[in-house]
Amino acid sequence: MPVPYYDFDFMLTDEQKGLRDLVKDFAQSKVYPRCRECEKDAIIPEDLVKEAMDMGLNLVTLPEEYGGLGLDNFTCAVIREQLAKGDAGFASRIFGFGFTPVKLAGTDWQKQIVADSFLNGGIMAFALTESCAGSNAVAMATTAKRDGDDYIINGSKNFITNGDSADFYTVFAVTDKEMGHKGITAFIVPKDTPGFSVGKHEDKMGIRCVHTNSLFFDEMRLSAKYRLGDEGNGFKLAMAILNDSRPATGSSAIGIAQQALDLAIEYSKERVVADKPICRNQAIAFMLADMEIQVQAARQMVWGVCKSADAGIVNRKLVAAAKCFAGDTAMKVTTDAVQIFGGNGYTRDYPVEKLMRDAKIYQIFEGTNQIQRVTVSGMLLK
Amino acid sequence: MNILVCVKQVPDTTQVKIDPVTNTLIREGVPAIVNTYDAFALEAAARLKDKDPDTKIVVMSMGPANAVNALKDCLAIAADRAYLISGREFGGSDTLATSYILSNAVKKIEETEGKFDAIFCGKQAIDGDTAQVGPELAEHLGLPQVTCALEITEADDAHLEVLKEGTDANMLISIGLPCLLTFTKPSFEPRFPSLKRKMMAMRAQIPTIAFSDLPGIDAGKIGLNGSPTRVKRSFVPERKKNGMIISGGTAAENAAKLSELLSDAKVI
Ligand SMILES: Cc1cc2nc3c(=O)[nH]c(=O)nc-3n(C[C@H](O)[C@H](O)[C@H](O)COP(=O)(O)OP(=O)(O)OC[C@H]3O[C@@H](n4cnc5c(N)ncnc54)[C@H](O)[C@@H]3O)c2cc1C
Repeated sequence: MPVPYYDFDFMLTDEQKGLRDLVKDFAQSKVYPRCRECEKDAIIPEDLVKEAMDMGLNLVTLPEEYGGLGLDNFTCAVIREQLAKGDAGFASRIFGFGFTPVKLAGTDWQKQIVADSFLNGGIMAFALTESCAGSNAVAMATTAKRDGDDYIINGSKNFITNGDSADFYTVFAVTDKEMGHKGITAFIVPKDTPGFSVGKHEDKMGIRCVHTNSLFFDEMRLSAKYRLGDEGNGFKLAMAILNDSRPATGSSAIGIAQQALDLAIEYSKERVVADKPICRNQAIAFMLADMEIQVQAARQMVWGVCKSADAGIVNRKLVAAAKCFAGDTAMKVTTDAVQIFGGNGYTRDYPVEKLMRDAKIYQIFEGTNQIQRVTVSGMLLK
Repeated sequence: MNILVCVKQVPDTTQVKIDPVTNTLIREGVPAIVNTYDAFALEAAARLKDKDPDTKIVVMSMGPANAVNALKDCLAIAADRAYLISGREFGGSDTLATSYILSNAVKKIEETEGKFDAIFCGKQAIDGDTAQVGPELAEHLGLPQVTCALEITEADDAHLEVLKEGTDANMLISIGLPCLLTFTKPSFEPRFPSLKRKMMAMRAQIPTIAFSDLPGIDAGKIGLNGSPTRVKRSFVPERKKNGMIISGGTAAENAAKLSELLSDAKVI
C-alpha cells in the first residue's frame, strides 16, 4: 500500500488532482517497473515514450493557442514530480526543456515550428555547456559569424540532455568575443541542419533513461530567422530559461526523494531483525521522520517558487535556494533509504541504489549546488 | 459508426475487504472505478475510432449521481458524449430490470444521438459477476449478439468481424449491424487518457436521464418490485484451511517435493 503523502491537497484544484492522479497511475504502473530494467543498459523505452507523448505529457508548457495545455508552473511541478517518481531520467526525456526558450524570446514563426514538432511528440534540448564552460558558461568557445542572411556556427557543446532525442536545440554561441556575456547569442537549431551532428551518449551514473550527448557544429549554416532574440541577448536569455526550469528540476528531485521514502517506509515495516520490524527501532523511525520533514520542506519551497513565478515574480534567490535544497534533499533521502535497506539496498535487486544514483545529478546540472549557493549568498550580500 | 458503450461504476475489487462480522463487502473508502470489462469495451470502441475518426462514441451508465465520475473517465479516454441514468425508482433492480431500463434509455438516447450501429458492454461487472445484463439488453432490443469478444478485427458499414474467446478455441465471427457485443480481457491494455482529454472530461456537464424522461417505461418491471430475482443473503464462503507445510528437508528438497505435489495435482 503506498503511503498517503498528499498532505497539502487543499492547495490543488480538482483538475490538478485529476492530472496528478493520472500521471501517478501511469508512472507507477508503467514507467517505474519498465525503466528499472531499461536503465541498466541506458535504453530509452521508446514505446513508453510514445505512450507518454500520446498522453500529451510533452505539451504541458505549450500555450493553449499553439495546441498545448498551457499549464502554469505549479501544475507542471505537480505533474513532473509524479512522472519523475516513476523515473527521473524518463521525465527528462519527456519534458525536455519545455517550450520556455521560444515562449520567452521566439518570433511567431519560431513558436509555430517548435509547437508543431511538440504536437508530433517532439521536444527541445538546451545547449549551453561546453567542455571548458560549465559553471562558468561565459567562457564558451562556440562561435556564430554573420554571413549575409545567415550565421555560420562552429564549435561543440557538452553534456546535452536529450542530445540524441530532441527535434530542436536552443544553442548559445559567441557573436562578439569582445563583449563578454553581452556577446552571446541564442539560436534554435533543427536537428537535421547540415553541419550539425550528435556524439554518442555518455555512460552515466544515473538518469540513464535519458541520453546526454555532445553536439558538434561544423561550418553549420543557419538562416538568421532561427536566431532567438536579439544579438548579444543570449546569456540573459539562458539565465531566464534556467530560472524557469530550475523549479521543474527541483520537482523531479522531490519525486525521486518521495519514491525512496515510500520504499523505505514499506521495507522498514517488513524487514524483521531480532524478532521485530526494523521500523520499531527509534533510530530507523527517526530517520524516516527526518526524510519526511526534508521532502515536505523541499516540496513547499519548490511549490512556493512556482506559485511566485505564476504570479509573475521571479525571485532568483529563492529559485536557486529551492533547486539546491531539492537536489540536496534527494541525495540525502536516497542515501538514507539505501541505509535503511541495509545490504539489500546496495544491490541492484532492490530499487533504492538506483534512486541514489539518479539523485546525484540534481546537485550538478542546471548549475551545481555550489553555484546555487554563490547565487544565494551573492544576493544576500549585495 | 455510432457506438454506445455501457459502463458500470464498481468498487475496485482489488481493494475491497470483507467485514468478518457481517460478512458483507466493506465499500467505504474503496475507490470506485470503471468496471474492468467495460474499460475493455471502451478500448475496443476507441480502436475503431483510431482507424476512423468519424466514429462517434457515446457512453451511458446507470447508477447513483457519483457514477458521473466513471462517465468522466470514459470521456477522458475516448467517449464523445455521456449520459447518466439515475433515479430512486431504478434502485434495487436485478439484471432483468436493469437491462429493461437500459433498453429504454438506449431508445431515449437514440432520439438525440441517432441510431446506434453497435452497443458494446463488458462481459460482466466485477462486483456482481452475473454476465447477464449485456445479453439481456440485446434481447430487449432485438439485436444479434456476440459475447466474450476479445477484439474487433475488421469493420465496415454493415458488419463487424469479431474475435471471440472460447473455452477450447477462439472464433472469428462476422456479425451484421446493428448488434451488441460483450467484451472480455484482450491481449492489450486499455490506453491512458491524454492530459487534454482528462481536463476536458473533468469540466464536462453530463446530462441525467431520470424515470420521468422515459415515458414508455413500465413501472412494474423496474426497481426492487419489478425484479424477479432477489439476493437473499451475501456471505463469504468458508475458506478451506487444509493447507500443507512442507518442511524438514533442505530448501532444494522441499522445492522438489512441492513441485512434485503440484504436478501430481495437475496444477503445473
Ligand atoms: C547528466 C548531465 C546532463 C546535463 N544536461 C545539460 C543540458 O541539457 N544542457 C547544458 O547546457 N548542460 C547540461 N549539463 C552540464 C551541467 O550543467 C554542468 O555539468 C554543470 O553546470 C557543471 O559544469 P562542469 O561540469 O563544467 O563543472 P565545473 O564548472 O568544472 O565545476 C567543477 C566543480 O567546481 C565547482 N565550482 C565551479 N565554480 C565554482 C565557484 N565559482 N564556486 C564554487 N564552486 C565552484 C562546481 O560546483 C563543481 O563542484 C549536464 C550535465 C550532466 C552531467
